[in-house]
Amino acid sequence: MPDSGINILFEGTNFLRLLGGLWVTVRISVVSVLLSILFGIIVGMIMTVRNPVTKALTRVYLDFVRIMPQLVLLFIVYFGVTTAFNVNLSGEVSAVIVFTFWGTAEMGDLVRGALLSVPKHQYESGEAIGLSGLQIYRYIIIPQTVRRLIPLAINLTTRMIKTTSLVTLIGVIEVLKVGQQIIETSRFTYPSASLWIYAIVFFLYFLVCYPISRLAKGLEKKWQN
Amino acid sequence: MKKFIRQLSLAFTFIVLAGALTACKGGASQSGTAAKANGAARTLSEIKSSGKVIIGVFSDKKPFGYVDSNGQYQGYDIYFGNRIAKDLGVKPQYVSVEAASRVEYAQTGKADIILANFTVTKERAEKVDFAEPYMKVALGVVSPTKAPITDVSQLKGKTLIVAKGTTAETYFTSNAPDVKLVKFDQYTEAYNALLDGRGDAFSTDNTEVLAWAKEHQGFTVGIKTLGNADTIAPAVQKGNKELLDWINNEINSLAKENFFHKDFAETLAPVYGNDVSADSLVVEGGKVS
Repeated sequence: MPDSGINILFEGTNFLRLLGGLWVTVRISVVSVLLSILFGIIVGMIMTVRNPVTKALTRVYLDFVRIMPQLVLLFIVYFGVTTAFNVNLSGEVSAVIVFTFWGTAEMGDLVRGALLSVPKHQYESGEAIGLSGLQIYRYIIIPQTVRRLIPLAINLTTRMIKTTSLVTLIGVIEVLKVGQQIIETSRFTYPSASLWIYAIVFFLYFLVCYPISRLAKGLEKKWQN
Repeated sequence: MKKFIRQLSLAFTFIVLAGALTACKGGASQSGTAAKANGAARTLSEIKSSGKVIIGVFSDKKPFGYVDSNGQYQGYDIYFGNRIAKDLGVKPQYVSVEAASRVEYAQTGKADIILANFTVTKERAEKVDFAEPYMKVALGVVSPTKAPITDVSQLKGKTLIVAKGTTAETYFTSNAPDVKLVKFDQYTEAYNALLDGRGDAFSTDNTEVLAWAKEHQGFTVGIKTLGNADTIAPAVQKGNKELLDWINNEINSLAKENFFHKDFAETLAPVYGNDVSADSLVVEGGKVS
């Protein structure tokens, strides 16, 4: 009997389950990414303040997030918070908190870098032609910052989407876990299923990430002129 | 300008804090039905009145705990879980756990009972309370038929694949330090590593490797029993005596109907065929023969 692993997709509700898993992945990433961008811009601005206390605090925050594996953070929030603060968070809420916490730090650093990369004479030129502080930001600094930020932010976004596969460790069943469940269940009937399922999971991730990078490319092009 | 940023950052800090606080509250109330907020285990009456018992199981460990093509949990552990729920008069709600997160699920009360092929060890017994066993296993080592590993001494200097948080990891770390270990979070990854030749052999519970080797040509279980025969038992949060006693009673009374032999026939026999006899795996009434 020819063993065509692709058949496994059409057995039962397998394909729907994969899509359901993808929806969980997308839901967690979209919420986390949007929150990260929002908070990241704020944190990034705070990072540029030349106050030693602020500097130290943001530095500690960023380094903490960078050093800690995301998995550890997930465990701390999902299991640790329950015992420490009497708050019972669901897996998905914990995931959003951790990914926002991580994304905000990374995004904040990107925003900081982008803000500082605008040369000082841009501010000075703005003042020279009599713009107010707010106007300098609105018409000179922010447009330049955003342009520098887009490629980096997109990179971070797609990285976050892919890292969400860790949430299966705290009981959230996302697309990769559904894929593994299907592979395990069918390993007796379709030994080649893993290849097919992983290919489909790859394709699903691609479906999510590709439009984002297209959008970024489009924006970059538009703003070049 | 600097002043403007400073004011802005101050204002935003407050907004963020306020937002984070409300977000936490919202999240907590949404999931409030799943478990008690303070991480304490639910009592028997709380489980009964909530109408469902939360059971932590594997979702990718056929034939013990897995999800079938219709998205339903199935397997030896689930067969038992369904019976527990039925006798409690509630519905089972299964949550998917990983080998590395089982203890935490019980500790924090995120699951009432763990039925995830949980081998009883001293270290684990300090963190969770185990009920009477319902199965027994030893370690097994599966390797390619071309280069079979039939004795632990053959592994010296070779690479052995293990899954994190399993008894195999502990056994080889303390008993065979000269074996190189490659560790994976998930069984699926571990098996793929073995298939790709990223290790010379893979060790985990013998039940698991026997089932797997039977379905994969070119692989053989060279070592069928290794280490002490361990038992597999349900686990609950430490100190949840009421639920623990209930489960022990349940296991004892199920012995009268040879429940676990039936379970074996339904879920394990189709996988092991004639290679393994029911009595070599099944424990009835908590008594290991």
